[in-house]
Amino acid sequence: MDNELYQAVLLQHSKQPRNFGPLEQATHAADGHNALCGDEISVALRIDGDRLAEAKFTGNACAICTASASIMTGEVQGLTKEAVQTLAANFRALVKDGHGPDVPPKLEILSGVHQFPQRVKCAVLPWETLLNAMQLPVA
Amino acid sequence: MRIGTPSGRRRSSGAAQLASPPVALPTNAFFDGGLLFSSRMTGIGEISRYIQTFMTLNLPLIREQFPFLRETVNGHPLIYLDNAASSQKPSRVIGRMSRFLESEYANVHRGIHLLSERATAAYEQARTKVAGLLNANREEEVIFTRGTTEAVNLVVNTWGRENIKAGDTILLTEMEHHSVLLPWLQLARETGARVEFVPVLENGAALDLDAAKRLLAAGPKLFAFVHVPNTLGLENPAGELCRWAAASGTTTFVDGAQSVGHQPVDVQKLGCDFLACSAHKMCGPSAIGALWGRHELLSAMPPWQYGGEMVDRAFYDKPATFREPPARFEAGTPPILEAAGWAEAIDFLNAVGLEAIRSHSVALANLAMDRLRSVEGLHVFGPAERQSGIVAFSIEGVHAHDVAFFANERGVALRAGHHCAQPLMRKLGSLSSSRASFYLYNQPSDVDALVGVLSEAVAFFR
Ligand SMILES: Cc1ncc(COP(=O)(O)O)c(C=O)c1O
Repeated sequence: MDNELYQAVLLQHSKQPRNFGPLEQATHAADGHNALCGDEISVALRIDGDRLAEAKFTGNACAICTASASIMTGEVQGLTKEAVQTLAANFRALVKDGHGPDVPPKLEILSGVHQFPQRVKCAVLPWETLLNAMQLPVA
Repeated sequence: MRIGTPSGRRRSSGAAQLASPPVALPTNAFFDGGLLFSSRMTGIGEISRYIQTFMTLNLPLIREQFPFLRETVNGHPLIYLDNAASSQKPSRVIGRMSRFLESEYANVHRGIHLLSERATAAYEQARTKVAGLLNANREEEVIFTRGTTEAVNLVVNTWGRENIKAGDTILLTEMEHHSVLLPWLQLARETGARVEFVPVLENGAALDLDAAKRLLAAGPKLFAFVHVPNTLGLENPAGELCRWAAASGTTTFVDGAQSVGHQPVDVQKLGCDFLACSAHKMCGPSAIGALWGRHELLSAMPPWQYGGEMVDRAFYDKPATFREPPARFEAGTPPILEAAGWAEAIDFLNAVGLEAIRSHSVALANLAMDRLRSVEGLHVFGPAERQSGIVAFSIEGVHAHDVAFFANERGVALRAGHHCAQPLMRKLGSLSSSRASFYLYNQPSDVDALVGVLSEAVAFFR
C-alpha cells in the first residue's frame, strides 16, 4: 500500500510486537480503550523507586496502536517517571503535528500518523494508558 | 490519500422508471460494459442464484440519481458499504431541499403569510407521508423527532416515567443498539425497575425465541426490541413478538431504524405500541426521524420538552395546558427543511418499491456471504442466510480499524468498531469488527471490490 502510514518497520512491530504479554511482577497497571474503533490495551509496569524498570502490554488493537505500544514499551524502560511524562508529551506532538522535540528515532516511524487525524488516538492510546498505569498501583 | 472530485456527467432522469418494467430486460443488458458485474471476479454460478433479484431494480437508473457515486478515492470509484450507519441522498431529495429553501421556507404553524403557509403545508404533508410509509391509522400518531435516539428518549421520559415503577420488569434483547439500551437502563436505575434480556443464540444467529416467549409470558411492563439489528444480518419476527407481548398486556417499542425504508413496515400488521425510525437511514436528511405511537397511549402521555408550539394556554401564575399529540411532543421550531426532504425520500423509495429494495439488499448480502468464504480467517456474525443487507465480520489477525482504513484507500467505505452495540459484540467475542451494509444503489461488482480489498488487506497485515 502506497502511503506513509504503514511503514515496513511499523508493520513488523504490529505483526510481532515486543514486550507483548503479562508482566509477572507488575507494580502498576491500567487498561485503555478507543471507543471509535474498539482498540483495547492493557499496560503493566514494574516501577522501582523513581524509575520505570519494566513495561509490557497485552490487548487487541489495530496495527498503529500495537506498533506504538511495542515501540513505547521498549523506549520507556529505565527512564524516570518524569522523563516518561516528557517523552509522552513530545510523542503526542509528533503524531499530532508531524514533529516533536527530542523524540528518539525509533518513535519517528509513527510520525506519518499526523496525516490521518482519525488514527492519532490509536498511536497515543498506549501512552495515555501508560501514564494512567503510573498512577495505579496493583492491589 | 486524496478524495477526488466529481467526474461524472449530469443527466436528468426524473420521469424514468426506477423499478424494472414487468417485462424483464434481456439478460445481456446486465453484462453490457461491465457496469454491474465484473466477470473477472464474480463467478457466473454464484451470480445466477441472485440474478432474478438483481433484475427487479433498474440499477443503472437508480445509480444515475445518486451524485455521490461520482466521487473517487485515490482514483478508485467510491463504493459505499456503510449504509447501516447512514444512507446517501438521491438528487431529487437534494433538489427538493434546495427548492424548499428558495421558495417555501418560513417557520411553521405560526405566520399568517405565504411562506409560512407553504412551509406548514410541506411539514404536515411530510407527516402524512410518514404515516403512509408506516401504514399508521392516523396522521397524529406520527411525532417528528431528531431521529430514533430521540424517539426512544421521548418514550422513556414520558410513557416510561408514568408507567414504570420500582419492581416492574423492562424486557430488552441482547442485540439492542446503545440508543435503545442506554435510555431504558437509565430509567430502570432511577426507578428501581428490573431489566431482563432476551438472549441471542450462538454467533448471533437469531434471537432466542423460546426464551422470548417465556419472558413475555411473565408479563413485563415493557418490551423494547430492534426489528432489524445493525450488526447481525437478521430480522426479528416483530409481529410474532408483539403478539406474545400483547397476550400478557406488555407494551411494545420497536426500533425500526434499520427496517423502515429498507422493507415494508406496517405498524398495524406488526401490532406494536410504539415504533421509531430515522430519515437519514432511508435516503432522507439527518436530524429528523419519527416516533409512531398508538393514539390512546400518546394522548395519555405528559409532555417532556416545554416551549413554543406544544402549549395550549400559558399563564404567569397558573399551570399551562398542553395541546394534543403530535404538537404536545414537538416543542420549539421543528426540523422543517428536513421534513420536506424526508417526504421526497419516501416518494422516491415508494417509486422504487420497498419489497424490491429489500430483496436487492439481501441478495447482495448473500452474494457477499458466498464470496467472503474465500477470504482466509474471515468470520461472519449472524445467520448463514441473510435476512437484511448487513454483513458484519472479523478477520483473524487483522484488526477492524486497519481493515476499514485499508479499504478506504481503495475507495471502499466500511464501518469498523463495536457498531454501537458494545455488550453484544463483547458477547460474540469481538469488540471490534468490520461491517459492510448494502442498499438500493449497491451493485454486484461492489461485492467483488469488497472481497478483493479484504483479500489484499489480509496479505498486507497478516
Ligand atoms: C438498530 C439501530 N437503532 C437505533 C439507531 C439510532 O438511530 P439514530 O442515530 O438515527 O438516532 C441506529 C443507528 O445508528 C440503529 O442502527
